[in-house]
Amino acid sequence: MIGDLFARELRVINCGLEGFAQELTLLGVTVIHVEWSPPAGGDPRKAALLAALEDEEA
Amino acid sequence: MTIASANQTVLRRLTGAEPILIDCGPARTVMGLTGRTVLHAGPPLGWEKACETMKAAILCAIRYEGWAADDAEALDLLVKGAVEIAPCHAAGAAGPMTGMVTPSMPVFLVEERRSGGRAFATVNEGLGKVLRFGANDPSVIERLRWIEGEAGPLLGAAIRASGGIDLRALMAQALRMGDEMHQRNIAASSLLARLLMPHLSRAGKDQDALVRVAEFMAGNDQFFLNLAMAAAKAAADPCLEIAGSTMVATMARNGTDFGIRVAGLGERWFTAPVNTPEGLYFPGFTAADANPDMGDSAIVETVGLGAFAMAASPAVVRFVGAGGLRDAVRVTEEMAEITLGEHPHFRIPTLDERGTPVGIDIRKVVETGITPLINTGIAGRAPGTGQIGAGVVRAPLACFEQALAAAAAGRVAT
Repeated sequence: MIGDLFARELRVINCGLEGFAQELTLLGVTVIHVEWSPPAGGDPRKAALLAALEDEEA
Repeated sequence: MTIASANQTVLRRLTGAEPILIDCGPARTVMGLTGRTVLHAGPPLGWEKACETMKAAILCAIRYEGWAADDAEALDLLVKGAVEIAPCHAAGAAGPMTGMVTPSMPVFLVEERRSGGRAFATVNEGLGKVLRFGANDPSVIERLRWIEGEAGPLLGAAIRASGGIDLRALMAQALRMGDEMHQRNIAASSLLARLLMPHLSRAGKDQDALVRVAEFMAGNDQFFLNLAMAAAKAAADPCLEIAGSTMVATMARNGTDFGIRVAGLGERWFTAPVNTPEGLYFPGFTAADANPDMGDSAIVETVGLGAFAMAASPAVVRFVGAGGLRDAVRVTEEMAEITLGEHPHFRIPTLDERGTPVGIDIRKVVETGITPLINTGIAGRAPGTGQIGAGVVRAPLACFEQALAAAAAGRVAT
């Protein structure tokens, strides 16, 4: 599987740290960067509060 | 009601509001502000915690009312409890910067047609050495007394004769003309003057008095700011009745604390220490001279104007030292990350007629760490200085975190 991946042109979706996307772009790889960070900066207490206040399914 | 449906209900209420300017008269009669009371901006504030600029304004307001001959006497009245201080928001008003309102000051009366709710704001004093920026010399009191004796009554007569002025329509038009209704109100002030002038000229019997009022309005680009605030408060206050909503209904600062109120959490304030604005300073002043953030004027950001509408106002971006048009668009797009929707009436030509981002969701603020940006005037920290510049400031994240915890606790309890 992994061999197949590198045997053809790479197209990458990069989530989070933009530096990875920039490095791949410099290497000529097609990259779409998605700005993402953990909710509430990764603070588990705040994440729990957010989870308690999630929009309910209709 | 689910959080999502509560938020949609409250957003419709906020953006569907129809604020109408219907009168201007003394706070004593129009808003029932009786006794020896001085209203201030922001969340509740004890005298001891007030910054020096706020203290100077409160003492000056007491002298203006004639309750004391000098600051020492005014301070004595405060210490003895013979003068009460209270937040504007608790009395239905919104006051810029120090936010001073006392019983003799004329206030605009704005009625929200759908809810019947009312909101009040004083007549904007103009720029420079003015009470709202903490200036306190005799010229400040002289201007306030002229507003009380001449400008206020004439404005009241003209407004009543107009049959009411639709502020939402006026503000939507001003937005299209480059105002964001916080640090730029040139278009809105001009549109208001155009609507009022025929009625003013008929109401005034004294030609000289008319000239003075006309010159006063023509010389103040920020004349409309207080009306934008009253309109915003009239739209936002009815939102405080919607249980379950996580939308911010009030943002206000008193120079010490920044406070928010949330639609689903009622009248309760969530506070944290204010930040100090960053921006451009008038000649002779620097950031070291700046007073920490103050004023109820963040109510305009609460309803999707001010910094939230920065993309509509390229001219203000330079004035507040925030870059160019691209930066303005970036600010508006960033605020869209923390809001529930777009305003159906406040539309931005430079963004292909998209509505301004409106309805700050405390969940989105905490989740993203993006805090509301506010355009603001900057007062000098030395008492009596007045305005020293204009800039931008962020709301402190801690207010939103506290509100989130309270909302979650309420959810568990129910």
